[in-house]
Amino acid sequence: MDINKKAYAKYADSRAKKSPIVKDCVKAFLFGGAICTIAQVLKDWYGTFLSDKDSGTLVGVTLIFITALLTGIGVFDRIAKHAGAGTLVPITGFANAVSSCAVDTKGEGFILGVGAKIFTIAGPVILYGISAGVVYGVIYYILKALGVL
Amino acid sequence: MDFMMYLKAFLVGGAFCVIAQILIDKTKLTPARILVAYVVCGVILGGIGVYKPLIDFAGCGAATPLTGFGYLIADGVKSAVDEKGLLGVLTGGLSASAAGICAALFFGLLAAVFFRGKRKK
Repeated sequence: MDINKKAYAKYADSRAKKSPIVKDCVKAFLFGGAICTIAQVLKDWYGTFLSDKDSGTLVGVTLIFITALLTGIGVFDRIAKHAGAGTLVPITGFANAVSSCAVDTKGEGFILGVGAKIFTIAGPVILYGISAGVVYGVIYYILKALGVL
Repeated sequence: MDFMMYLKAFLVGGAFCVIAQILIDKTKLTPARILVAYVVCGVILGGIGVYKPLIDFAGCGAATPLTGFGYLIADGVKSAVDEKGLLGVLTGGLSASAAGICAALFFGLLAAVFFRGKRKK
């Protein structure tokens, strides 16, 4: 069979396994949306007895606690396998990264295992988040001093 | 208890996740890089003042994704600078994000104390 490169590429493309990106995105959307909706429900409930700011903080803490628990009993990974970015992007992804690093390195001891490696993902997130905040703060301070803001 | 608020939280929160899913599938970005990118984006968007309106619009749909964590840092730095000047640059970010960071670390430690992980070395 004599076919040129272009035709072959087209043929190969048509036979290749369909990229799972659409399915991945739908699942990420549904799981991520669901987590944010649960967060909103919690916030409305907390809001009945806490200030707006405190209820927001407590929502984050609640999601982090649930994630650490589900990570510990090994359920979170099974959900995350389907949800992809749906569980990664909300605060659950950060909490899972921290607690799974901690749980998985228990065998290496509590100081150099858990203590050090709990920061494997949390470290970069905190470092660059805080540093970006410092850069922003300096710019904000200067603009304010110059009377621009 | 406003149904529209839940719908907006669902749609906006879901959209943040879809953007990350596309980045994961189409680029070589690892989940750790996505998390860092989201936090830094949140700080920048919070700094230039476009994230606050999004939170007012979508509530937890914008506050729950890690960009919301970045916004919290930017907002904390801003208030701290307003309050005590240049020193606020250093105190604002961690103060505002303290609950999240502390909860993640402490509950992570508790999980390590009470549960056994996959890798047993």
